[in-house]
Amino acid sequence: MHPYVYATLGGALIGGAAVLLMAGLGRIAGISGIAGGLIQHHPGDRAWRLAFMLGLLLAPLLLLLVRGDSGIGLPQVGLPWMALAGVLVGFGTGMGSGCTSGHGVCGIARLSPRSLLATAVFMACGMATVYVSRHGLGGL
Amino acid sequence: MKVIVALLSGLLFGVGLSLGGMTQPAVVLGFLDIFGQWDPRLLFVMAGAVPITALGYRVLRRRPRPLLEDRFRWPTSRRLDVRLVGGAALFGIGWGMAGYCPGPALAALSGGAPALLVLVASMFAGWWLAARLPATKA
Repeated sequence: MHPYVYATLGGALIGGAAVLLMAGLGRIAGISGIAGGLIQHHPGDRAWRLAFMLGLLLAPLLLLLVRGDSGIGLPQVGLPWMALAGVLVGFGTGMGSGCTSGHGVCGIARLSPRSLLATAVFMACGMATVYVSRHGLGGL
Repeated sequence: MKVIVALLSGLLFGVGLSLGGMTQPAVVLGFLDIFGQWDPRLLFVMAGAVPITALGYRVLRRRPRPLLEDRFRWPTSRRLDVRLVGGAALFGIGWGMAGYCPGPALAALSGGAPALLVLVASMFAGWWLAARLPATKA
C-alpha cells in the first residue's frame, strides 16, 4: 500500500481512538493534556492517564510483532536539541492547553476557534523553525 | 474497565500514529519543510482523523453522559488570548526543532533510544513549568 493510504488509515485509527475515549471516559484525546495532567494533583485521576500512555507506548511494539516493523524512526537532531525541543513542546502545549492531538485533531473536529487558531500558529511556527534550520536565513 | 478503555484508546492512537509515519521525526520534519522535499503525510493523517472524530463527537453530543463516567468533559474555554497563541508558538518551535509532538514522542519511547528519554523527560519538565504559570483571570 502507498504511504498516503497508510497515513489516512492511521488517521482513521486515531479518530477511532478519540471517539472511544470520549464515549467511554468523556475525555478529549489530547496527549499533552492526558500526560501533562499526571503532574497535577488530581487524586484518583492517574490510572486512566497512565493506561492511555502505556497503550501509546505498546503500540509500536505490537506493530513490530504483527508487521515486523515498529514504525519508529531515528531522531534527527543531537541530544541538546532534543532536550531543548522537549522543554519547548512541554511548556508550550501546557501553556496553550493542547498539542497536535488535542487542538489539531479533536479541536478541529469540534470546529473550536481556539483550536483552529492554535493549530495555525503551531504549524506556522514549526514550518518557520524548519525553514531557518534547513535553509537558513540567507534565503529570506 | 476505565483503565481498559483508556489502554485500548492509547493503543489504537499509537498504532495510528505509527502507521501514519508520525513516529518518524523525518516524516514530520518533512511535512514542516514546505520549501524543501515536502512530505504531506501528516495532512493525510489529519484528513483521516478529523472527519471520524467530528462524526463520533456529533453522535456523542446528544448523549447525556459517557459510558463509564458521570459527565463529558467538553472543553469550555472560548478565550483567544496571549496564552493560547504564545503557547502554540513555543510548541511549534520545539516541534520544528526535533520533529516530535507529545504523542509520537511517547510512542517512540518504546524504541529504546536514549535521546527519546531525554526528550520526554524535558517535555515533562516543560509541563511542570507550565503548570506553575499564574492562573488566567476568569
